[in-house]
Amino acid sequence: MEFTFDLNTIWFILIGVLLAGYAILDGFDLGVGSLHLFVQEDEDRRILINSIGPVWDGNEVWLVTGGGALFAAFPHVYATVFSGFYTAFMLLLFVLIFRAVAIEFRSKQPMAWWRKSWDVAFSVSSILIALLMGVALGNIITGIPLGADKEFQGTFLSLLNPYAIMVGITTVALFMMHGSIYLAMKTEGHLQERVTKWINNTIIFFVITYVTTTMFTLIYVPHMTEHFKSEPWLFFVAVLNMLAIANIPREIHLKKYFLAFLSSCASIIALLALFAIGLFPDIVISNPNPEFSLTIYNAASSQKTLGIMLTIAIIGIPFVLAYTISIYWVFRGKVKLTPMSY
Amino acid sequence: MSTEILARLQFAFTIGFHYIYPPLSIGLGVILVIMEGMYLKTKKPLYEKMTKFWVKIFALTFALGVATGIVMEFEFGTNWATYSRFVGDVFGSALAAEGIFAFFLESGFLAILVFGWEKVSPKVHFFATIMVALGAMMSAVWIVVANSWQQTPAGFHIVGEGLNARAEITDFWGMVFNPSSMERLSHTLSGAWLAGAFLVISVSAYYLLKKRNIEFAKNSIKIALIVATFASLFQLFTGHQSAVGISKTQPAKLAAFEAHFDSSAVAPLYLFGWVNEDNQKVNFGIAIPGMLSYLIYGDADRPVTGLNAFAKNDIPPVNIVFQSYHLMVAIGMALIAISLFSIFLWWRKKLFDHKWFLYVLVFSVLGPQLANQLGWISAEVGRQPWIVYNLLRTSEGLSKAVESSQIVFSLILFGIIYLLLFILFIFLLNQKIQHGPDDPETIPSEYEHQKTALDRNIGE
Repeated sequence: MEFTFDLNTIWFILIGVLLAGYAILDGFDLGVGSLHLFVQEDEDRRILINSIGPVWDGNEVWLVTGGGALFAAFPHVYATVFSGFYTAFMLLLFVLIFRAVAIEFRSKQPMAWWRKSWDVAFSVSSILIALLMGVALGNIITGIPLGADKEFQGTFLSLLNPYAIMVGITTVALFMMHGSIYLAMKTEGHLQERVTKWINNTIIFFVITYVTTTMFTLIYVPHMTEHFKSEPWLFFVAVLNMLAIANIPREIHLKKYFLAFLSSCASIIALLALFAIGLFPDIVISNPNPEFSLTIYNAASSQKTLGIMLTIAIIGIPFVLAYTISIYWVFRGKVKLTPMSY
Repeated sequence: MSTEILARLQFAFTIGFHYIYPPLSIGLGVILVIMEGMYLKTKKPLYEKMTKFWVKIFALTFALGVATGIVMEFEFGTNWATYSRFVGDVFGSALAAEGIFAFFLESGFLAILVFGWEKVSPKVHFFATIMVALGAMMSAVWIVVANSWQQTPAGFHIVGEGLNARAEITDFWGMVFNPSSMERLSHTLSGAWLAGAFLVISVSAYYLLKKRNIEFAKNSIKIALIVATFASLFQLFTGHQSAVGISKTQPAKLAAFEAHFDSSAVAPLYLFGWVNEDNQKVNFGIAIPGMLSYLIYGDADRPVTGLNAFAKNDIPPVNIVFQSYHLMVAIGMALIAISLFSIFLWWRKKLFDHKWFLYVLVFSVLGPQLANQLGWISAEVGRQPWIVYNLLRTSEGLSKAVESSQIVFSLILFGIIYLLLFILFIFLLNQKIQHGPDDPETIPSEYEHQKTALDRNIGE
């Protein structure tokens, strides 16, 4: 495949950047949610929720913006995937909102049964969100049945194939690892000791699922590996990913939790880069009938729109980065429960 | 039911529910900027207390706005895939601008607004408040621009035919400043200011009736009243501008607003009535003869284009549009009356003396909410049968891959989760109001302590 650095390619990369931003940010708060039930005491659970308290809402904005950018840059992808994955996405919306409700409700009443029920709701919905997103990603990797009219021709149940579920579980494991490292940064004392022990377990969980998924991919989804065969230097990304993961236990051992967190972020970026390289220049692969695939060219908006949007992005993105970083700077340090807390 | 009806029902339900919250955020944002500005200027602790309390309410409305907004962002694609393909190129840049300029601004600085009181200096906090208020308004700008383009498309050309036809942008600013966008934006924004202002008025009046937080309530109500008076009068002006604009750009919609059928006739202005669409009559109606002609053209004897000038399948359902439009106007007038009467009482130093009027103010919060919903119904149902005016029919915009059983399923899901969400909203809103501005928001395990603090406040 000839690689030309045109507007379509830039937008393919930018949507990837938004997706990576979302995965890194909402990834840790979904991870914290997934691990929530592993602590028992009420105060510890409150610390967990409040570690994501000021930011989880803003993190979801990345999803909204990612959806908007996809709609704008590749309307056919947006239309095909969102209508094709209708039931899956409706369930996703349901659990997204349900999780928000659980976070808000949980600490508002003192009764143990009340808090425990919402704790379960919070944790289960966090896991389900990660799982559903992974399943969607898995289907994009294998390809989905499309018609000549660009419309999805499968069913909800056809989306729940073993490979997609495997990618879903890998996503859950990835976010758990990411979330446990985040928690090590935000906690102290006995809770931090416990959280630090989780990191090793979640890394093992993630590496097992990741290796399994990779093997399945090599065997059953050969089209994802074509670019790596023709351009062997791309293996560098995969190596980078392994190095980033291997670096995490080292930094944890040195008690450099922030560096460990950055390694975990790098790993997420590398994983999405592998995914993007495998797809390029397709976005949604049609399987069977690859001639109906949605590519960065046949699914895109006009050159003019892509150009206007690039201008908007170039003006806007420095601001977005500046205030995202400043917010996290303001809220750096360990979680303290205050009267404003959840 | 057909897929089309179900998809429209779901969109109407989810957008209607969503639209409770963003107007509150936009309106409260303006009021927060005023309150915190007063605090920085006067250094009076009362203004700090006011800002802190209303920030909590703002955060609540914002959180619900985000949660229900994600649904909207998905729903164009899930239920209206063909429409998304058709408008993506045009709609896209507006939505991208909304995401980058508005959502990030709003959500980023909100964290400082709510959790950052002790972490940043008062000036930085004030800056964050301005940014959040601006972000809230920016989101309205872009979504109303996109919606207005559906009403009065401009700055585009059609590329491709049949299945592959779509609108592509030729002139970005032509799209942004399409013929109806500025009128509709100012009308929508003033509706949002009213929603925020009357929430503050209502809660403050409630405190006054309960004889709690008196100083807090009196000062809050005054600031909100100024905003409400300005916004309600501005609303009348922008509403008129909008109607004149619609007479040129969407004559069928204007004719449906007033149930005007005969193009050769001078058009009256109905105060109320019930439209019989079969015999094209308005029953039980009272009308001012020639008034619509006069308002549109400044000439009471000039005919206005009627519904009969259009093909039967090109006009909207008349009675729904007529009723929602007239109710909206009636509520708008009532809000003007309430605002002006309040100002009058304030001038006579009797604003807080009449118990019955404080009750009116407590319930006035429903006015802008209803009018905002009715306004959207008038605008959107009035655009039917088109999803993009004169270009794409609503029935052609649906998702081909989605069956009606799937929509029934998702409607049930939304029914459940929005019921839960609404209970949550009312529960938390009530809790914050009952706690009042003096108590730090304590967790309920300290409920008893709180109660004593509350009892003390009542004595003040």
